[in-house]
Amino acid sequence: MNTARAQTASVGKLTGNAAQGKKYYQRFCVGCHGVDGDGSGENAPWIEPKPRDFTAAVFKCRSTPTGTLPTDQDLYDAVSRGFVNTNMPSWFPLMEQTRVDLVAYIKTFSPRWEKEKPGTPIVVPPETPVTKASVLHGRELFSKMECWKCHGPAGHGDGPSASTLTDSKDNPIRPYNFSAGMRSKCSTTNAELYRIFMTGVDGTPMPSFVDNLTPADAWDLVHYLRTLQPAQGVEAATWHEWLQSAPAPSMGTGGGR
Amino acid sequence: MIMWLPKGSGGAKHSVSSPARAGLIVGLVLSTAAMTPRGASSAPVAPLPDRADAAAAAPARDGRYTLSLKHKAAIPAFARKYSLACSACHTTWPELNNFGQVFKDNGYQLMNEKDSPIQQSNSYWPIAVRTTPQWHMETTTNQPIDNVAGDPLAGQHAGTVTQQGFDLSGIDFLMMGTLYKNISFQLVTTLDPDGSAGIEAANVRFDNISNNSWFNVKMGKFELDNLISEKRGEFLSNNGGMYQNYHYQPVSSTVAFGLGDNQLGLELMGHNKNSYTRYTLALLSTTDGTPGFPAGTGKGMDVMFTLSQAWAVQSLGLMRVGVFGVLGKSSTASPTSGGEPIPGMANGDKSFTRFGVNANLTFGDFEVLPYYMIASNDKALTDGTPTQNAKWNSAVVEAHYVVNPRLMFMGKWQSVKMTDQYDPGTPSTQGNIDGLALGLRSYFFMFSRDGLALHVEYAYTNSVGIFPLSEDGLGDPGTSLPNPPLTEATTVKSSSLLIALDFAF
Repeated sequence: MNTARAQTASVGKLTGNAAQGKKYYQRFCVGCHGVDGDGSGENAPWIEPKPRDFTAAVFKCRSTPTGTLPTDQDLYDAVSRGFVNTNMPSWFPLMEQTRVDLVAYIKTFSPRWEKEKPGTPIVVPPETPVTKASVLHGRELFSKMECWKCHGPAGHGDGPSASTLTDSKDNPIRPYNFSAGMRSKCSTTNAELYRIFMTGVDGTPMPSFVDNLTPADAWDLVHYLRTLQPAQGVEAATWHEWLQSAPAPSMGTGGGR
Repeated sequence: MIMWLPKGSGGAKHSVSSPARAGLIVGLVLSTAAMTPRGASSAPVAPLPDRADAAAAAPARDGRYTLSLKHKAAIPAFARKYSLACSACHTTWPELNNFGQVFKDNGYQLMNEKDSPIQQSNSYWPIAVRTTPQWHMETTTNQPIDNVAGDPLAGQHAGTVTQQGFDLSGIDFLMMGTLYKNISFQLVTTLDPDGSAGIEAANVRFDNISNNSWFNVKMGKFELDNLISEKRGEFLSNNGGMYQNYHYQPVSSTVAFGLGDNQLGLELMGHNKNSYTRYTLALLSTTDGTPGFPAGTGKGMDVMFTLSQAWAVQSLGLMRVGVFGVLGKSSTASPTSGGEPIPGMANGDKSFTRFGVNANLTFGDFEVLPYYMIASNDKALTDGTPTQNAKWNSAVVEAHYVVNPRLMFMGKWQSVKMTDQYDPGTPSTQGNIDGLALGLRSYFFMFSRDGLALHVEYAYTNSVGIFPLSEDGLGDPGTSLPNPPLTEATTVKSSSLLIALDFAF
């Protein structure tokens, strides 16, 4: 720990203490993220995807615009939620104070936290109603925004560019396979999925579409992406209802039929 | 994981047969009894024989001294599977912290969609081994020593027995994990230093039934859900490693049940997301975990419940408080065949109860685990004169100072006090036990692949009129039991000094 970078963190009414967080980091985190927080812990060679390098202070799951630091709450949520389909478990069983202390310590690994402030969280507007029109419009956007190039026509993570993707450390990275489940690394709820479009996933090829999507567009895209996932929510029901009454859609650039 | 029995003790679960012999319920015992002949339900009923007779009928020990070495659980296989250090799940292994508790409660799953074996490399095999090479010294006072060596008829005097040297614990083979998403298993086999093998635990668990963490069911042989787990305890020495009240029985008791013994049965278990709230309800065979319908057991069932609630005191740590109870049955008669009790057909059940409170309180780097239990056996559950119910109280206070995940100092005080003997004529203090243990565990390393600890521990117990539950002291080749002191009111002082290398891989 660079003690010159002593940090605190604030989540709700709790204030994290970096010195205390260091103890917890050594107990829970050091094996993957390493003593220096650079993602080179003893387990790192055996882990895919690789552990986060905290020295770069680049984080995938944020509420803040691309290129900015996340809020303490963002880091706290990431620690609490874990990252599905990775080796990062949910640390929800730890006390809230423990998790806030960990956030404080994680912030000591990069000087960015001293020089910059976290970005202003993106506002997620109320969700628009799920309708046939919104789902179909989302499907059009999936094609128009070329989401399919990485995520594949049916969202299986097998688009034509998928095999060429690397993260910011040149490690191969696979685009999200929507058919694998309802959770992604940064999202469980519709609002969180919406947020990903606007924040992007920093350190990966997934850009921010904040300048390309209106809020209504983003919600429509959320509604369509939910139809590619296994659970039978209202979006999927709407989609299947449309499928019953319409000709089979072209599968060239989308369609989870 | 196992309280290693003396060589050749055979597996009969025995309580004591004479007023001077109390308290012997030790660990897991594996039955070698033959299976019961079928269809003999109309056979005449006879009183149950003293279970010590069964012990006597077991193969004789090949050594006079009875050093009971025990072992506990730590599962590096999980650390390897998930690339997590031991310290993620253990305060210092083998004791679980709350993260480890949640992992266990979820059926050995992190719930990150990588739990099922199909998500693992084909080379992954969910097995870990643990053993403890050691040097230890056991000293036991007031043991009967022959006045003339080799001539037991020449009288005896009370003397101190001291045994010391390099030694081995047994080896635990710990296999646990998931068979499928939300279906987990546990298989713990053990190998004694003398080469005999056993099955300490074997069960299958259906986890999160209907996607509900409050509904998990397992069947097989398993550790009871003791908030203070002996299987995951930090103490290893003969005297310190045992929670006396988990195995205690009063003088002349015929009850075999031990809270610290793994049991055969069915357990319903539930917990909230962070396991701050937990409950179990277990239905158990009355065999005290011995498979094969042993003689002296019947169709009756023991019931155990546990309930605990934890609170996060953000400035201190997690505070967990629990209650538990056992409503047990023990048989008093059995139909016979050829004059011998028919195994598994015993009847005339009488009850015993265990109720208590326990806690796991964290104050920063300090951890305190208090425990109090009241216990009662029906007056019929004795091989002496059935005059009144036997009752006793017991308490434990254990404390850990966790300097860091690789260094811990620990202490444990425990006491068992009789309040009512089966026979009022029995000295009121006979069977009382007081114990204290101090130790440290220092880990040379603690990777996600394995761990090695230096374990140093000193412990002693005072037991009135009985031999120590650890069975230190002088063995009695005639009865396969250690000896009580020469008089009922004599206190046996037994101490253990242990220096060990404890590793798990």
